[in-house]
Amino acid sequence: MDLKISSANASPDERSAVDDLLGADQETSQGGERNQDGHRVSRGGELLRNMRHLLLPTLHAVNDRIGWISRGAINYIAQRLDIAPADIYGVATFYALFDTNERPARQVHVCIDLVCRAKGVFTEDSLPVGSIPSPCLGVCERAPAVLVIQTGVTPRHEILAPAIPQDIADLVTGKSVASEQPVSAAVPQSPDESLVLLSRIGRVDPLSIDEYIATNGYVALRRAFEIGASQVIAEVTASGLVGRGGAAFPTGRKWAAVAGQPVTTRYLICNADESEPGTFKDRVVMEGDPFALVESMTIAAFATGCQHGWIYIRGEYPRAFKHLANAVKTARARDLLGENILGTGFSFDITIFRGAGAYICGEETAIFNSIEGYRGEPRNKPPFPVEVGLFGKPTLVNNVETLVNVLPIITNTGEKYASWGTQGSKGIKIFCISGAVKKPGVYEVTFGVTLRELINLAGGMTDGSSLQAVLLGGAAGGFVGPEDLDLELTLEAARTAGTTLGSGVVFVLDQNVDLVDQLQRIAAFFRDESCGQCVPCRVGTVRQQEALARLASGSRNGDLQLLRDLGQVMRDASICGLGQTAHNAIDSALTRLKVFS
Amino acid sequence: MSSQVATGLQVRRSVELTIDGEKFTALEGSTLLDACRTSGKEIPTLCYGDTITPKNACRVCMVELEGSRILVPSCSRKVEPGMVVHTDNDRTRHSRKLVLELLGSSVDLSLTKNVARWNENYGAEPTRFGPPSYRDGNRDQAVTGHHHKPDGSSAETVHQAVKIDNPLYIRDYSKCIMCYQCVDACGEQWQNTFAITTAGRGFDTRISTEFAVDLTDSACVYCGNCIQVCPTGALMFTSEYEMRGDGTWNESEQTQTDTICPYCGVGCALTLHVQDNTIVKVSSPSDHSVTHGNLCIKGRFGFQHVQNRTE
Repeated sequence: MDLKISSANASPDERSAVDDLLGADQETSQGGERNQDGHRVSRGGELLRNMRHLLLPTLHAVNDRIGWISRGAINYIAQRLDIAPADIYGVATFYALFDTNERPARQVHVCIDLVCRAKGVFTEDSLPVGSIPSPCLGVCERAPAVLVIQTGVTPRHEILAPAIPQDIADLVTGKSVASEQPVSAAVPQSPDESLVLLSRIGRVDPLSIDEYIATNGYVALRRAFEIGASQVIAEVTASGLVGRGGAAFPTGRKWAAVAGQPVTTRYLICNADESEPGTFKDRVVMEGDPFALVESMTIAAFATGCQHGWIYIRGEYPRAFKHLANAVKTARARDLLGENILGTGFSFDITIFRGAGAYICGEETAIFNSIEGYRGEPRNKPPFPVEVGLFGKPTLVNNVETLVNVLPIITNTGEKYASWGTQGSKGIKIFCISGAVKKPGVYEVTFGVTLRELINLAGGMTDGSSLQAVLLGGAAGGFVGPEDLDLELTLEAARTAGTTLGSGVVFVLDQNVDLVDQLQRIAAFFRDESCGQCVPCRVGTVRQQEALARLASGSRNGDLQLLRDLGQVMRDASICGLGQTAHNAIDSALTRLKVFS
Repeated sequence: MSSQVATGLQVRRSVELTIDGEKFTALEGSTLLDACRTSGKEIPTLCYGDTITPKNACRVCMVELEGSRILVPSCSRKVEPGMVVHTDNDRTRHSRKLVLELLGSSVDLSLTKNVARWNENYGAEPTRFGPPSYRDGNRDQAVTGHHHKPDGSSAETVHQAVKIDNPLYIRDYSKCIMCYQCVDACGEQWQNTFAITTAGRGFDTRISTEFAVDLTDSACVYCGNCIQVCPTGALMFTSEYEMRGDGTWNESEQTQTDTICPYCGVGCALTLHVQDNTIVKVSSPSDHSVTHGNLCIKGRFGFQHVQNRTE
């Protein structure tokens, strides 16, 4: 492409950050080396145009090295990847972890989202100088949480939780972060060998493939190879497993749809962009049992005929990223990933792809755009991902928890798995319990427990607190009140009760939590995270926030009707699930909890 | 039932669908919008342009499709046999009313065609969200994922200063509805220049050059194809902008004359917009087989020599 590049040059540091990722510049953009006739031969063109998917990793490389992305850096990336500078600027400004304005090499992101702000320590108005307010960091069991990014040649990403104001001040001035608690601290049930999905947590070193294999690791993959691809899909279908990301789509049907595509180049994406406020189950699974995800992805790819897989993991999960990177590398070294897995002739490999601060990229089609190097805007459906997905190919997108359920399905048979749980909700579910309970964390249960039983499992309410409400399913979910404690936490019971389990969030609010403040935060969250593509969501989320601000200050002239009108247009006319659910929690607070009435 | 129509080398079947209770046929591959318009229904559109792949971003053309959980954008949803579509029921009217209100309350639609009529038709009241806020924030510097907390006393708008950084055209993004057409025309769908992009996220999404530099420092080649597709007057010839400022712009007094560009041998079609015997702007017919509405800087802006008259 004919690029017009301004005179801003990349610094040596910026160039080296890019070159470390892409390899040294062969000057293809300048026409390459002279051949024997003295002519320059360009090896750019097609080669460069096939590298756009490296744009986000390249921006990460610069951001991790320098702390921000300058004009010079964008110019250099433009030349290396043959993308116009304006185009790169549009991508860089889409993601909240990047900044195109100069900022310090050390960034302290303080979570001010629902669970953390309920602790009453940090809000956007009370942040220590030099820190950056952040949406949910997915460490809700240890709220309030802080993510520290120290950029440089060896960048460090670290989580501190729980944090107090003095911690933030220390972190901003460069104090190092104390090492994190072990993963098992997030699983109060652990160690418990009888658990189905979380049995290894607290018992097995998540970095050791030998310990994984010694605890029934890779039994399911061997079994899958024995029974064959179509039987794997039959087992998953028979299990009644539905997606655990929130939409509850039947997994077997999705797998069969991908396997049945006439196009044989197919891709698998594990959606690990877990960003729903209050959700941290996928983080715990990836941190505590990373090989299980790698193994289940290999089974999914084998069953559906995918040649390559991506784990799209949110940028705020440093430990999960580290453990997964180790798992992928180790599995590859043991012939459990890559060419000719276990000598079966089946080949499959995994790329771990870091998000950069965008809730919307958990939307299944926005993931495609993000991986392909574009702004993470959702695509229009149809066509559906199983037909036209990543790079235009049939693509299977499954959530982390959905995928790891495949292991017990294959080892126990789908029929056995389907015998667990209830008629309408088969199998095992992981809930993320946070807020005013004694032992917050992730809990594995067989479908069918009630909300009361789950809260009791988490040790009951904290001393001296009484239940005000529970947020089920996160910001896109809904509130229920104390009278709903006997609600059975199944898909069918939630549906009947007019609420949702969503991603498995159970956020317990006691009498001290300011519910109106929570609603305003939910509105602010959706406003910040809207991609901006469609009018109902782009403007509707702002108008919803403004109306709540008026209601919070006591005036209500027509604003309740206004909110209902906004809710309807967002639900009816938004392109994707973000806008369609941006009013749900607020609606439930108005109708069930009678806030403002 | 299904007949076949040969168009060029392709054979397109016709499909039967029901729109507002009546049966219609439409050609396979056409959109619900095509079908609705052919059958005489008026569906409002804002971000839709006839030379750009529909982005279905504005959501004003939504219709109800039986079996679909949400409304569907008629501009990009292809017809399928047996579809049952409702174009004018409570749900679609509510959706259109709200979209008109949301846009009308945040964007200056004063030069957008048909909006006043649609507002009346759908009962849209853009002022119901409160008085517009003209806080002169620098939208180009918005930080992604952060915003100023509103107090609800006014309705936030995209208001900002008009960008005048070159002699040929101005950019008034207070009028921008984010239809993406200028970006697509500048980039991969027509010009392949990629001077402008969509930057930022959410309500702060905006059309921008890299780091919001002036057009003169950008990759812009001044083809003006962005002006051609802009549906709201956010992009405008400087000549038109100045005449509007002087109060002398008068479309009813203008004539439009189709001619051929005199510069090279391609033969692009030009439409000269003339007021008081002076060319005030140049467009190109969007349905022309050579240009599809596109020109280069010479055809679009190189007309001054025609009117360098000695008195």
